[in-house]
Amino acid sequence: MELVLAIGIAVLCASGIYLMLRPRTFQVIIGLSLLSYAVNLFIFSMGRLRVDAAPVIDHGTVDPALYTDPVPQALVLTAIVIGFAMTALFLVVLLVNRGLTGTDHVDGREQR
Amino acid sequence: MHGLAAHLPVLPILIPLITGAVLVLFDDRQRTLKAIISFTGLLILLTAAIAMVVQVSQSEGVSTISYAIGNWPVPFGIVLVADRLSAMMVLLATTLGLATLVYSLARWHTSGPSFHSLMHFLIMGLNGAFLTGDIFNLFVFFEVMLAASYGLALHGGGSARVKAGLHYVAINLAASFLFLIGAALIYGVTGTLNMADLAMKVAMVPAADRGLMEMGAAVLAVAFLIKSGTWPLGFWLPATYSVAAPPVAAIFAIMTKVGIYALLRLSTLAFGAEAGASQGFGQIVLLCGGMATIVFGVIGLLASRTPGRMASYSVLVSAGTLLASIGIGNPTTTGGALYYLVVSTLAVSAFFMLIELMDRVRIEGANVLALTLEVFGDDDEEAEEEVGLSIPGALAMLSISFCVSALLLAGFPPLAGFLAKFAIISSLFNPEGLTETGAISPWAWGLAGLMIFSGFATLIALMREGINTFWATLSDTPGPVRVLEMMPVALLLGIAVGMTIMAAPVMDYMQAAAEELYLPGGAVTRILETPLVVSVEAVH
Repeated sequence: MELVLAIGIAVLCASGIYLMLRPRTFQVIIGLSLLSYAVNLFIFSMGRLRVDAAPVIDHGTVDPALYTDPVPQALVLTAIVIGFAMTALFLVVLLVNRGLTGTDHVDGREQR
Repeated sequence: MHGLAAHLPVLPILIPLITGAVLVLFDDRQRTLKAIISFTGLLILLTAAIAMVVQVSQSEGVSTISYAIGNWPVPFGIVLVADRLSAMMVLLATTLGLATLVYSLARWHTSGPSFHSLMHFLIMGLNGAFLTGDIFNLFVFFEVMLAASYGLALHGGGSARVKAGLHYVAINLAASFLFLIGAALIYGVTGTLNMADLAMKVAMVPAADRGLMEMGAAVLAVAFLIKSGTWPLGFWLPATYSVAAPPVAAIFAIMTKVGIYALLRLSTLAFGAEAGASQGFGQIVLLCGGMATIVFGVIGLLASRTPGRMASYSVLVSAGTLLASIGIGNPTTTGGALYYLVVSTLAVSAFFMLIELMDRVRIEGANVLALTLEVFGDDDEEAEEEVGLSIPGALAMLSISFCVSALLLAGFPPLAGFLAKFAIISSLFNPEGLTETGAISPWAWGLAGLMIFSGFATLIALMREGINTFWATLSDTPGPVRVLEMMPVALLLGIAVGMTIMAAPVMDYMQAAAEELYLPGGAVTRILETPLVVSVEAVH
């Protein structure tokens, strides 16, 4: 499972970076989204991979070994929300740029 | 401690949050009402910031006040930490906020929606980033600050701003992802996100995991270096700052300092004297990166043809000087660097506002006509015909302000810029105090030389600009300069002049702040033992 997750993060990250360096604004925003998925999975994996373990701990004395680490899950939730909001904001700027310059090139004009 | 005083560390975040939220409720057409609410909110915030500085400066030794924000015990809950450094940064951010807000009331606050709310949220993000004691919470406040700054960067509209804004948003999103990767790696190795707890855990990291932890710290540092505009990560900065609306650019002057603040805070906490094998990790990168930034900034400054770009490159020179001084890793140098931080931020901020006012006394196509124009026209009578509150002698005020900010930026006597550079260079050549004779490292020679060189280059660039504006190309009918626009410039420069006169107490404060940073033991203990509020039910 570690291998699958690592390959998944690597593929997302590589395609994200490739797209982010492309000259079209739409490619850039898709690249940023893919990169944010890669980062979210990465944060998640930092809590170590556990199957069939709950992240919520009950009252009283408990054995922490029975539970998975809840902190990265909380972090991922925050990161998803913030990343989503920022991507939406980027989308607006992208559309305004398209409207003002009439091109979807990141520099606002086609390369000669 | 009773009442509000006990909650002092949270006030600089809460006040702008509430003010900004209240301002959203009012329509943009109710300009006067919004301006009054906005201004009042900032005055209350300024009171809180001053109270915090007074409180930390009165304490002997460790000045740390820590505040458990959700009343959870420390390594688990988020804490806010106010000490000399963070209180000073909060006061600086608030002062800049107040000055830029007053400036924008003359004209700029009407040229885009929700200007006041965005401004307050930006200040909230800045204050939060300065006060937080938790790495992930730092990320959240960074994002609050950035989200507001995206809106402000686009304030005023126009395709130049949108194009620069697009690049600005993209690069900051990428930097945020690096921040997350770094924070996650550090959490994965040490199991904590609390900065004080991290300081304790760093020394205990086993040798096998140390590389991973240092990699996390390095990735995190890259994110901060992008924000602080370090070469080669800072090419976005001149493009964005030079097209932003003047009051916006003026408050953005402190945004690079947030990256530097975070680097200083985390490197002294996590890689200080008690860090074991990781002690001093990455300092050489700060030093080299800072020096490269100074060189890049100076070249850009000399090559700039517009004052906006000139001011943007001064931001880079200031950031480079700060980074390199921090990279030396000597408390006395850092003390001087903190003094320089305040002075250069005030000067750059005032300069961004001055640029717009200077544009009004300059005629169209000034650069072409510069050589052929008659120098003095009888513009006095015609100036009085202008509608609006023209100050008599507005031109005199402008040129004096320009002169003061140029002296501050270049670091020439007799003003505070010189004192700041002198403090840094003096500590470079006397690394073990004035009474001891220690070995001077080649890095110290290099940095001192670069700082003096950058001062000369700044002076040349600004003098050329000043001559072109005030002596060569005066318009026959200068546009009106309103008192409201001149006041904030005078306020910021006045504070810098005040810091020159009151140099001894201010410098003592900075040195105390720096020494506290490099001996974090007392602060760490105090943060880990943050008192919790006992609930009423628990008492009974």
